[in-house]
Amino acid sequence: MVIKKSMGEALPHDSAEMHVSGGATYTDDIREPAGCLQAYILQSPHAHAKIKKIDISGCRIPGVHAVMTAKDVPGVNDVAPVFGGDPVFAENEVMFAGQSVLAVAAETIEIARAAARKAVVEYEVLPAILDVQTAVREKSFVGEPYVMQIGDAAAGIKKSAHVLEGAFDIGGQEHFYLEGQVALATPLENGEMHCWSSTQHPSEVQHLIAKVLGLADHAVTVDIRRMGGGFGGKESQASLFACAAALLARKTGRPVKLRLDRDDDMIMTGKRHDLHCTYKVGFDGNGLIGGIEMTHMVNCGYSADLSNAVADRAMFHADNAYFLGNAKVTSYRCKTNKVSNTAFRGFGGPQGLLLIEYIVDEIARKLGKEPLDVRKINLYDPKGKLAKRCTTHYYMTVEDSITHEIFAQLEKSGDYAKRVREVRAFNAKSKILKKGIAFTPVKFGISFTLTMLNQAGALVHVYKDGSVQVNHGGTEMGQGLHTKVCQIVADAFGIPLGLVKITATSTGKVPNTSATAASSGVDMNGKAAEAAALTIKERLDKFDAGRNLPWKELVMAAYAERISLSSTGFYKTPKIDWDRPAAKGRPFYYFAYGAAIAEVIIDTLTGESNILRADILHDVGRSINPAVDIGQIEGGFVQGAGWLTSEELWWDDKGVLKTHAPSTYKIPTGRDIPKDFRVALYDGVNQEDTIYNSKAVGEPPLMLGTAVFLAIKDAVLSVNPQGHLDAPATPERILKAVTK
Amino acid sequence: MSDAIKFMLNNEMRAVSGLPPTTTILQYLRLQERLTGTKEGCAEGDCGACTVIVGKLENGKMAYEAINACIVFLPTLDGRHLITVENLGMNAVQKAMVSCHGSQCGFCTPGFVMSLTACMNNHENASDENIQDAISGNLCRCTGYRPILDAARQANKSQERHLKTDMEALEGLQRARMFAYEHGGRQFFSPHTPEDLAEVCAQHPGATLLGGGTDVGLWVTKRHKHLETVIYTGNVAALREVKKTAAGLEIGGAVSYAHAFESLAAYDPSMEVLLRRFASTQIRNLGTVGGNIANGSPIGDGPPPLIALGARLVLRSKSGVREIPLEEFFIAYGKQAREKGEFVEKIIVPAKPENVLFRVYKISKRFDQDISAVCAAFAIELRDGKVASARIAFGGMAGTPKRATHAEKSLTGKPWSEEAVRGAMSEMEKDYQPLTDMRASAGYRMQVAQNLLYRCFVESAQPETETRVYGYGD
Repeated sequence: MVIKKSMGEALPHDSAEMHVSGGATYTDDIREPAGCLQAYILQSPHAHAKIKKIDISGCRIPGVHAVMTAKDVPGVNDVAPVFGGDPVFAENEVMFAGQSVLAVAAETIEIARAAARKAVVEYEVLPAILDVQTAVREKSFVGEPYVMQIGDAAAGIKKSAHVLEGAFDIGGQEHFYLEGQVALATPLENGEMHCWSSTQHPSEVQHLIAKVLGLADHAVTVDIRRMGGGFGGKESQASLFACAAALLARKTGRPVKLRLDRDDDMIMTGKRHDLHCTYKVGFDGNGLIGGIEMTHMVNCGYSADLSNAVADRAMFHADNAYFLGNAKVTSYRCKTNKVSNTAFRGFGGPQGLLLIEYIVDEIARKLGKEPLDVRKINLYDPKGKLAKRCTTHYYMTVEDSITHEIFAQLEKSGDYAKRVREVRAFNAKSKILKKGIAFTPVKFGISFTLTMLNQAGALVHVYKDGSVQVNHGGTEMGQGLHTKVCQIVADAFGIPLGLVKITATSTGKVPNTSATAASSGVDMNGKAAEAAALTIKERLDKFDAGRNLPWKELVMAAYAERISLSSTGFYKTPKIDWDRPAAKGRPFYYFAYGAAIAEVIIDTLTGESNILRADILHDVGRSINPAVDIGQIEGGFVQGAGWLTSEELWWDDKGVLKTHAPSTYKIPTGRDIPKDFRVALYDGVNQEDTIYNSKAVGEPPLMLGTAVFLAIKDAVLSVNPQGHLDAPATPERILKAVTK
Repeated sequence: MSDAIKFMLNNEMRAVSGLPPTTTILQYLRLQERLTGTKEGCAEGDCGACTVIVGKLENGKMAYEAINACIVFLPTLDGRHLITVENLGMNAVQKAMVSCHGSQCGFCTPGFVMSLTACMNNHENASDENIQDAISGNLCRCTGYRPILDAARQANKSQERHLKTDMEALEGLQRARMFAYEHGGRQFFSPHTPEDLAEVCAQHPGATLLGGGTDVGLWVTKRHKHLETVIYTGNVAALREVKKTAAGLEIGGAVSYAHAFESLAAYDPSMEVLLRRFASTQIRNLGTVGGNIANGSPIGDGPPPLIALGARLVLRSKSGVREIPLEEFFIAYGKQAREKGEFVEKIIVPAKPENVLFRVYKISKRFDQDISAVCAAFAIELRDGKVASARIAFGGMAGTPKRATHAEKSLTGKPWSEEAVRGAMSEMEKDYQPLTDMRASAGYRMQVAQNLLYRCFVESAQPETETRVYGYGD
């Protein structure tokens, strides 16, 4: 019997039928154990203040079982992922408006909330740093400033015929996963703890629960079946809530659930970093860059969290798809009295990429050239006829660039040249509405830039009836990871997909996992699961000895012969090597590529904008599941476009976030997507030995949304060539930019 | 003496008591019934993850509407049929969502399924516009919507699109008289006649009047306010009528925006656009024209066009009825001309005279389901090329919906020309001192308010000039 291969097929998400029928269980849907309490966290109202006194005597209303402050933490009061500085409960000082001060566990959430608000906390308000320029001036940093450079940027600029200098602001972004942060902690015997946590990083949650409780890691188990979206927001920042639940569970001896409502979630958790950027670039009459200096002032918020790695990745993508030659990128990791910004799809990459795309666009404007022409001459060109232009500003050689091929195909399929003419013709005639068009590339480095994290494990069981259960270190947040891993394992065994099931990710099954992040989920866990499956397959093949027994018969017979039907699998990404102190090496295994054309229309009376058409050609290598990949591309593009248009975070002058619910923070809806939306997969394979020669797809497509921003800029400049547009391009910013 | 809340849940009878009257449908479903397919995404009716369908008997037929379970109080379900995602049994929408890859993380999915199921039930052949309207209150952060739209188009080809209710059983739940519910001393009244409503309002002058609950619901779910007594207007049949009379359009105080949509949209195509952008389908199914006035919000989208059209407000209490021009209802921020015990009986909107140029515009960061930074309404009476009179009203520009009296005066008597319009635009600076907040700065609000008058002028004087980015090219 020939079993149809699963890989390469556009199969539905493994939970699709459960999703549509309401049967898919999320953490808040798990039936609570008897006696379960609900927890509420009291937040700081001030951006920066000394805590003078906390009086919790008023909190003990009927139904309250525990009130916890920093002094009640038996272990270490810190849930930071790397560098420290993220207390579960503030100790002597609050560092942002929304910081956790104390928590209450009570019989209902209403009681817990009411009780927490009866606490009397005396503050002495301190001056707050709310913007990055002030932070740089006062040298308020969460990490040392960092520089990546190659050649001599200053000399390159000096030698150039043209020089441009400028500044550009890039806004942050709220993750707006539909399922908010939630954890359910259940105390076990002997002080041990179990926790269901909506997290992208169960191993870290496990470790941090152990840390705050003063336990060894082996005393804590963390499970996660699925998240209702993560996007990076549950990489490091699920921990505080899981730890608070576990602390209260320990203190009360009861199961405790902690689920944030939307406002609390948006106020208490970090976002995509906002940046203030400056640049100076020298170029010749064709727009070829001769030297460039870029500075990122990264708003990290009050603590380091993952910000140093995020800021590094912004720097790694300061070139996007362009050979910079003489370049210097300087990054300041600014400590401000705002929520601690964190991972968000692209992990700094989108901000770094947006800046260089903005600069290249400015170069074209200065020279009066078509921006695409300027883009083309600056591309990495490893196959260059005269000279290879393929060394990045961090000394990695770009070997796999396919941007030229993608450009050629998209330029044709998107009918770019003709549409540029049409846009110009429209603008010449249209008095109030103006169109804009832009064509932008994406080159995104795949691997964790902290080399150690590039490892994954899996555990595969074959049961006597021939069914297969797979566990791996990755978590499912909607990206289709489990679907793809099932396909990989089914094909490794040569069995129908229906025999393979993935269950909840559990720290008890696969230990020491890395976060499901950096787009690495399938690359790493797919390989690990395949390795586990192949180990069992080898045993079975050896036992079968050419008899070609049908699968179920073979499994039963092997069991009877006492052959192990379970195996772990392990994978580590090869070739990568990064020397951070020297800022040199190969941080990425490979790059994923893509390009987008966006055409927009703006209203010069109101600043409203709308996307008329988008054409996307994106590289996923050989696609394991084209439906999942297209879903990631479209979803990423729309999320990227949202970041750069309607999604605006707004704090008042005291540093209090005022956009903390969907009524005030506007992610795209169905009518905001391009009216004409054309998405295609680039026909190619990953030249590196990845699973199925596929490429990672989680983050790169988000940056395709850059085309929308630059198309709006194009429309703006058609009205006001001196106009300056920062991101996001809200109606207000657009109107300001078109107003002379 | 309190009766139980009697309704049908997925075609099964329920009689519920022992819960506070402000328990939301969502809380009830998730905590009491353990039906967890309905999700909480925001608890403010803005994300759609909690969408359920409510069926009610109207003139012997079932009418089904998608609503946000997160902000609706359970007692309002009395006599109705609540349908949740668990009850659909893999219908055409669900099948299409699977085959079109319309779910990724899946958390928003039940809400989309419910919105689209209601859309298919209510439209024999749903247009793309119907589909977009149906999901305008549903947020998805994963897919980028394209596969969901494809799924809707696919489901639209199916014949299996109708919801079912045991109508006989539901008939049996209909009450002849007022429903009163009590728990822990907190009361909920649902009268059926204006007289009963006036009576119960007189008896409980401090009670909270509940129309659709799209604002009051949030007092509870977001501000965690404790409401002692709630009087629900949604079952007062006489207040749920839209009538065309000699005086114009009479909209009962408890008429939902969905119900008033067609009659109001007839005033101008720009009014239809405004109504389409007025919150979402779920919210328009709940929210009432009267409530949008009575809550006194400075940023409600109902008052500006109604004021521009010269609408009058009829307020009623046990001691009588009075009628005032709508703009006089708004005294100051948070202060309205509603006496204790009074309720909005109806809104009378005069028919639009032939020679009036009427336009209404909404400006917000997002097209669908957003709150206006500025909402502008213009009713310019033109005679022989001159402005005979002008009524201009704005939302978002002051502490109340407010007329631009200086601008109106400046236009009146002048030719309808660019010069006169530019003059009125500068006069507007005397009319308003808008605020800066998260939706827009004061400067932007003023500039846009002025520009919208210009847009109104261009649309009438230079109709060939295109002025709207939304719907461009449709």
